[in-house]
Amino acid sequence: MSDARSIAEAVRSGETAASEVVDSSLAVIAEREGEIHAFNIVLADEARAAAEAIDRRVAAGEDPGPLAGVPVALKDNICTRGIPTTCSSRILEGWCPPYDATVATRLAEAGAVLVGKTNMDEFAMGSSTENSAFGPTCNPRDTTKVPGGSSGGSAAAVAAGFTPLALGSDTGGSIRQPAALCGVVGAKPTYGFVSRYGLIAFASSLDQIGPLATSVADAALLLDVVGGHDAADSTSIPEAHASLAGVLGEGVSGLRVGVIDELSGEGVAPDVLHRTGEAAEALSAAGAKVEEVSVPATTYGLSAYYLIAPAEASSNLARYDGVRYGLRVDAASTPEMNEATRTAGFGDEVKRRIMLGTYALSAGYYDAYYGKAQKVRTLIIRDFATAYESYDLLLSPTSPTTAFALAEKTDDPLTMYMNDVCTIPSNLAGQPAISVPFGTGDDGLPVGVQVLAPALGEAAMFRAAAVLEEAAP
Amino acid sequence: MSDSATSLEGWEVVVGLEVHAELATRTKLFSGSLNQFGGEPNTNIDPVSLGLPGSLPVLNRQAVELAMRVGLALHCTVQPSVFARKNYFYPDMPKDYQISQYEEPINVDGWLELPSGRRIGIERAHLEEDTGKTTHVGGSGRIHEAGYSLVDYNRAGVPLIEIVGRPDIRSADEARAYVSELRAILVAIGASDGKMEEGSLRVDCNVSVRRRGDTDYGTRCEIKNVNSLRSLGRALDYEAARQVDLLESGEKVTQETRHWNEEEGRTHSLRSKEEAFDYRYFPEPDLVTLDPDSAWIDAVRESLPALPAERRHALAERAGVEPAEVAVIVERGLDALCIDAIGAGADPARVITHAEHNLAVEGAAGLDAAAFAALVGMETGGELTATQAKQVLAEMVDTGADPKSIADARGFEAMDTGELEAIVDGLIADNPDQWHKLCEGDQKLTGFFVGQVMKATQGQADGKVVNRLLQQKKDG
Repeated sequence: MSDARSIAEAVRSGETAASEVVDSSLAVIAEREGEIHAFNIVLADEARAAAEAIDRRVAAGEDPGPLAGVPVALKDNICTRGIPTTCSSRILEGWCPPYDATVATRLAEAGAVLVGKTNMDEFAMGSSTENSAFGPTCNPRDTTKVPGGSSGGSAAAVAAGFTPLALGSDTGGSIRQPAALCGVVGAKPTYGFVSRYGLIAFASSLDQIGPLATSVADAALLLDVVGGHDAADSTSIPEAHASLAGVLGEGVSGLRVGVIDELSGEGVAPDVLHRTGEAAEALSAAGAKVEEVSVPATTYGLSAYYLIAPAEASSNLARYDGVRYGLRVDAASTPEMNEATRTAGFGDEVKRRIMLGTYALSAGYYDAYYGKAQKVRTLIIRDFATAYESYDLLLSPTSPTTAFALAEKTDDPLTMYMNDVCTIPSNLAGQPAISVPFGTGDDGLPVGVQVLAPALGEAAMFRAAAVLEEAAP
Repeated sequence: MSDSATSLEGWEVVVGLEVHAELATRTKLFSGSLNQFGGEPNTNIDPVSLGLPGSLPVLNRQAVELAMRVGLALHCTVQPSVFARKNYFYPDMPKDYQISQYEEPINVDGWLELPSGRRIGIERAHLEEDTGKTTHVGGSGRIHEAGYSLVDYNRAGVPLIEIVGRPDIRSADEARAYVSELRAILVAIGASDGKMEEGSLRVDCNVSVRRRGDTDYGTRCEIKNVNSLRSLGRALDYEAARQVDLLESGEKVTQETRHWNEEEGRTHSLRSKEEAFDYRYFPEPDLVTLDPDSAWIDAVRESLPALPAERRHALAERAGVEPAEVAVIVERGLDALCIDAIGAGADPARVITHAEHNLAVEGAAGLDAAAFAALVGMETGGELTATQAKQVLAEMVDTGADPKSIADARGFEAMDTGELEAIVDGLIADNPDQWHKLCEGDQKLTGFFVGQVMKATQGQADGKVVNRLLQQKKDG
């Protein structure tokens, strides 16, 4: 399968039928999905019907849009009308939303064809896609390894060649870390860049939908389609953004890039650090001014994140009470029914975070935990602002290691949490970051490097990503 | 001060009220579903009203405008505000949290003036969403006995303004006056229909008692389920007496939430302070800070109509009476009529009397002020007696005809004094015993003679003239 841009061009010009594209996508899925388990549901019939509709439009002389006939996969926390949307949780098993997420609508309007809903850590809580109620996803580069998470299904679908594009969601690194581990491109845009309407919330102030793709150009194309203001999301940024796909060839000459000290040392594997150093050199060689920079408060990102995200989650996940939709386990009274339903419906990691978050918001503890974490968040934003006075972009590894083995870290939540140490600061600051594949580690598995930018700095970020992609070993 | 319960002797009641009013918006606070009372269950709903996964709130501009109207009418400061989540599990709350305002409400620090002239402080008036309604089926209708429960989410997400009053109220009567006044303001500014019976106005009471002269507040209880002005008065009287009884018998009042039972006429404990919910408030991340610009606030302020307190002052000044004396007239919306009639030269005292006693009817506000003034002029000029004037006025409201032609058609004319005197003399002659007693000082018999004169004249005699004649006869 080729890249999304070429597919769309071929379908729009009538050179290739969308039906053929979709059939070939379904064929690859049929071949490897058994060992990968990227999807919670594959929508073969719906995808074929949608592709035929695209072909009829092309035959009628219409332009189906910039993603005409391109197969896409959506993370299973993005609502799709009439199609099960589970968050890989028993508590939502079988639930079909009566409405489409804004991103789903925009994809359809651009001519994209939805091929399936991808597996994920339950409610996006995890870094390996092992916290799925429906079993883990395996890394297409090495099926004994995790694909990362929580958007592991979306990253695996793209890495396995099931679909050239997928959407994930990123609350603390959930797009970038699996992109790095699966060797694809993954971006988390500025908070408010993509509408969250229809994204099932984990931590509302951190969640952001973003693209996964085989190339930087495809990621930019997808972000151009799904991004932009949406009145249905009050936190959506009102200003329109310029096309990202259009700036990719502009290079990094004259840009100032800082390599973050705090995220490029202790805790990061030597092979990953080595690749990060090479990436810095590549940017330098392309004309950027590259230096080391300290962003001190990023050190506290993980701690702050594990108070803020669970606090918001404890509230966001309260609605799964068995009253209106999803699982219900009957009991003698309503409170007992709520308890039985939630006990049966949520997995361990979700329960752990609900308890953490409930505690962090409790009377008498709020100031010490949630309040303090918000102060740290303010410090991180301040330290980033200081760094961006001297630099246009920042650079760091995406993940401290390459893909680890399935079941390797499932018994140790804290070690698992450490996976997101480099990615979390961007979520706390509401700023964009992208992971680009940059060679392999000692084990031959993909390494990702992360380019960070200030809010709405996507254009420069994508330019640097394109340079790294070109220079990657 | 309430003097209805003698057991309150030496005690002072301290009341603070929290009033929830449904705002009269077209749609809900955070979604496009209609804000409509009644209707088939679960018809005014959408993903946001049901709290479906992935749905997000979008703030209703009209609700913000109405909230500002309430705040400005209550002399509050409108400030930048932040929505917060109030977390607790209840089946009629779709998200299991309520979006409300907590530390930074839209309106703060205002006051409301009662007809008595007393000002009750307003701590805050904030926006929040309403819950759905649960019906428990089976058993007595209480949740713990029900076979099952049905939930209607039509009301879920309806905008509410919660008006938190300061503990400045000192009696049940004053509490009722406060709610009446607040309701009148809400209706006058178009913010709410103010219907307590439909639940669009709900009142929670915080009540404590203290010995007269004490400056510290006593321990308070919160009373819920007060569904009418009558219940409010009864519940407060009951609760104050209960607390005084406890304290006088050496016991303590426990801080708790209590439920008013209308049938039993008593309150009972719902939950203690220890059992109170921990709502785990935190800023609502799905909404941004609400910061209306000053131009918007000014425009809302300028669009407010005259409020009841101002209208009482205006009429009272024009009529030369106290504001409290014209409260009923303003409540009936007859103040403009009165001011215009007085402006047209009518006697203020007669205008006020008629408006208060003879115009408690529908359509009275539509009366022509000049015609009303003309009627009062005929009365004060002696062309009509008070009784005749009242009858003419009633017909004016019904038919819109002018007072002169009504009086002519009815053959009303002021009775000649000579004619009256003859009737009085005849009555004295026919009732010698009664006349004797009246002359001995039994004033009750004045009424008897006046009544007989009215009967003989079919109500056309002027009562004042008859009284004067009787006095003359006694003195003579």
